[in-house]
Amino acid sequence: MSFEPKNPAVKWLEDRLPITGMLHHALYEYPTPKNLSYWWTFGSLAGVMLVVQIVTGIVLAMHYTPHVDLAFTSVEHIMRDVNYGWLIRYMHANGASMFFIVVYLHIFRGLYYGSYKAPRELLWWLGLVIFLLMMATAFMGYVLPWGQMSFWGATVITNLFSAIPVVGDSIVTWLWGGFAVDNPTLNRFFSLHYLLPFVIVGIVILHIWALHTNGSNNPTGLDLKSKQDSIPFHPYYTVKDLYGLAIFLIFFSAFLFFAPNYLGHPDNYIPANPLVTPAHIVPEWYFLPFYAILRAVPDKLGGVMLMFGAIAVLFALPWLDKSRIRSARFRPIYKQLFWVFVADCILLTYIGGKPPEGAFIIWGRIATIYYFVHILILLPLVGLFEKPKPLPASISEDVLSKKPASEEAANA
Amino acid sequence: MLKLLTSLSIAALVSLASLGSAQAAGDAVELKSVDWKHGGIFGTYDRASAQRGLQVYREVCAGCHGLGLVAFRTLSDLGFSEEEIKAIAAESEYQDGPDGDGEMFDRPGKPSDSFPSPFPNEQAARASNGGAYPPDLSLMSKARPNGDDYLYSLLTGYEDAPADFNLAEGMAYNAYFPGHQIAMPSPLSADAVEYSDGTPATVDQMAKDVTVFLAWAAEPKLEQRKSIGLRVILFLLILAGVFYAVKRKVWSDVH
Amino acid sequence: MTTTTPEEENGVKRRDFLYIAAGGLGAVGTAAAIWPFISQMNPSADVLALSTTEVDLDGIETGSEVTVVWQGKPVFVRHRTEEDIERAEDVDLADLPDPQPDSERVINPEWLIMVGICTHLGCVPLKGQGDFGGWFCPCHGSHYDTSGRIRKGPAPANLVIPPYEFLNDSNIKIG
Repeated sequence: MSFEPKNPAVKWLEDRLPITGMLHHALYEYPTPKNLSYWWTFGSLAGVMLVVQIVTGIVLAMHYTPHVDLAFTSVEHIMRDVNYGWLIRYMHANGASMFFIVVYLHIFRGLYYGSYKAPRELLWWLGLVIFLLMMATAFMGYVLPWGQMSFWGATVITNLFSAIPVVGDSIVTWLWGGFAVDNPTLNRFFSLHYLLPFVIVGIVILHIWALHTNGSNNPTGLDLKSKQDSIPFHPYYTVKDLYGLAIFLIFFSAFLFFAPNYLGHPDNYIPANPLVTPAHIVPEWYFLPFYAILRAVPDKLGGVMLMFGAIAVLFALPWLDKSRIRSARFRPIYKQLFWVFVADCILLTYIGGKPPEGAFIIWGRIATIYYFVHILILLPLVGLFEKPKPLPASISEDVLSKKPASEEAANA
Repeated sequence: MLKLLTSLSIAALVSLASLGSAQAAGDAVELKSVDWKHGGIFGTYDRASAQRGLQVYREVCAGCHGLGLVAFRTLSDLGFSEEEIKAIAAESEYQDGPDGDGEMFDRPGKPSDSFPSPFPNEQAARASNGGAYPPDLSLMSKARPNGDDYLYSLLTGYEDAPADFNLAEGMAYNAYFPGHQIAMPSPLSADAVEYSDGTPATVDQMAKDVTVFLAWAAEPKLEQRKSIGLRVILFLLILAGVFYAVKRKVWSDVH
Repeated sequence: MTTTTPEEENGVKRRDFLYIAAGGLGAVGTAAAIWPFISQMNPSADVLALSTTEVDLDGIETGSEVTVVWQGKPVFVRHRTEEDIERAEDVDLADLPDPQPDSERVINPEWLIMVGICTHLGCVPLKGQGDFGGWFCPCHGSHYDTSGRIRKGPAPANLVIPPYEFLNDSNIKIG
């Protein structure tokens, strides 16, 4: 707001295009609640992962060949012959998982602290749009190495659209550009896989814009009331996020360098064979909860609708949750339900990776039902009947009331 | 908040661990577990074993299985000299051309060539193997869950079929192959090769050696990956420590 | 932690040192992380492995020329006539923009082997054209003589001689 550059060159630029002022406002003086915990680091980590994926992806595209006869060997060419190709390819493959890990944590943080509630509904929506675009991008990226899982994953997922009445088959043929997943499919997936990340960048800018319009939520869920409640983003949160980034990179590196194929599937090291389906098809881990919901329904259209519904209901969350209190810290019942919901999502992930037989089917259905019951029934009801704990008067008061305790702990 | 963090990270770890086992649990049989020298954080390939494994591959496996993604030149990783690599490459014939008259011609292999495939295409391979397709082995060790143990177990897992087992014509019984019926007859028998370093060529030894060789073939950059990884993580630990100290300093006037 | 004034100074110093250490480490880490992304654009191992080409000279008649590919570039293999060789040797080096005797450009004078890329901006010169009986680059009008030396036009240097050796009388290996 009150950005007055001293450097004449910056001033010259600022008078014509106020971009430095914008960045200054967004990254420097942006008033941030002083009580953000490390759970608020995952947003910037997600931004870092987006950049990592785009940079490694652009580099991989320099060596990759999107053709059914050459895709698999071109990936192996990257792994074996290109300088540091193995590093960049493993970075990209594991980076996708890391991106989803931080984004899931970011989403659950939003759920716990009620970050989706007014006035942040649009912020929440934009986040969900990013999530959907990420899933589309990740799915198409997984097809590119043209291994067995690539091919059969592409076949199964595109066939979801055949569940649509009347026009389903035509849509699937249109998606494929043929009568099976084949070279035209691979080519268009490559093109879109390259495009979508930049669309995500655009939505991320809107997401941050919406965030900065009303400011960050915080662990108390209270609004900023006075100057004492906030601190400038820089240096406080830049340095905190950098520390969080360093820790996160250690976690990333552990997978990247010491278990690079752990999160992948061995079948994807077998070249795609349109005549033989692998015995056990599973999507990447980050799709497993939705895959479990899909399989929980013994009806093609129903399963597909429920799976997309699982994300669609998240869009309605700001209106389903009737509580006026944001943070679960002051909502004793919701807090417990939240953890049950987390457990339910983990259970769905687990079920999604298991073959659809025996007890897994039953548990998959129970977990699916609970997922929707939580969002559509429990959340609205709890908001109506729950008696919240007393709220602190302000963020500052909350921080001060905790201070003696933490100092005692430090001295002990 | 710490409670939140720990419980969520435990939950994440549990779900990740279950993933791994979900993928490993393709078949109920438990594989023989070998303590490979290239396992673990510091593991490197056993050069002598891999060199013997190459001999086993060339003399036993190569009749049916290709290794199309591995170039002869990369054998230098395993300690072969340039001359040895040239000699190994030259033993295979490659079609090249066209020459000045427009004819294709055969020439001996060069280090830049990849290991040849024994069959011109999948159909030819199936035709010569009773309908079964001997897969290319370049990535085999990564294309099966727990691939190294699997390959070793498979190669040493041939036995007589149980009396009540209905074995199809022309198939062999293997304790570790999914479904136990495998089209490949037991490939290894004692002294099938003669090791120049004097190692006794038992079935167990040959199975181990060829597994090490195939592990290298599938992941030739493993050693580089681990050594870079160790340095990266060490660096990041220091970086995290310094950043933490800076964070404490910066935040000291807030709390 | 016991005295007053020096401790304060120490505090300031320690703070500065921390910031410098953090910034330095961050810069080093970033630089190290960038290197693989630069290095990946260099020729890959399989490209490097293909860096030699063998040529069979049998059948290239006197006065004729073949073009072979070495490292993705055209290489002219010219079987020169007596007249070509004489013209190439009978030149006052002082007249040349890039003086070099013909003897330095060949191993066996009968065979002229050079990279067929104009040293001006990379076009492929045409044989048997130009004012000097050698090559002529159509892009910007550079004339090369029967030794592949630049004689007229914008090119600054002679056509490049690649490293090569005679494996025997009728075979050469380029690279």
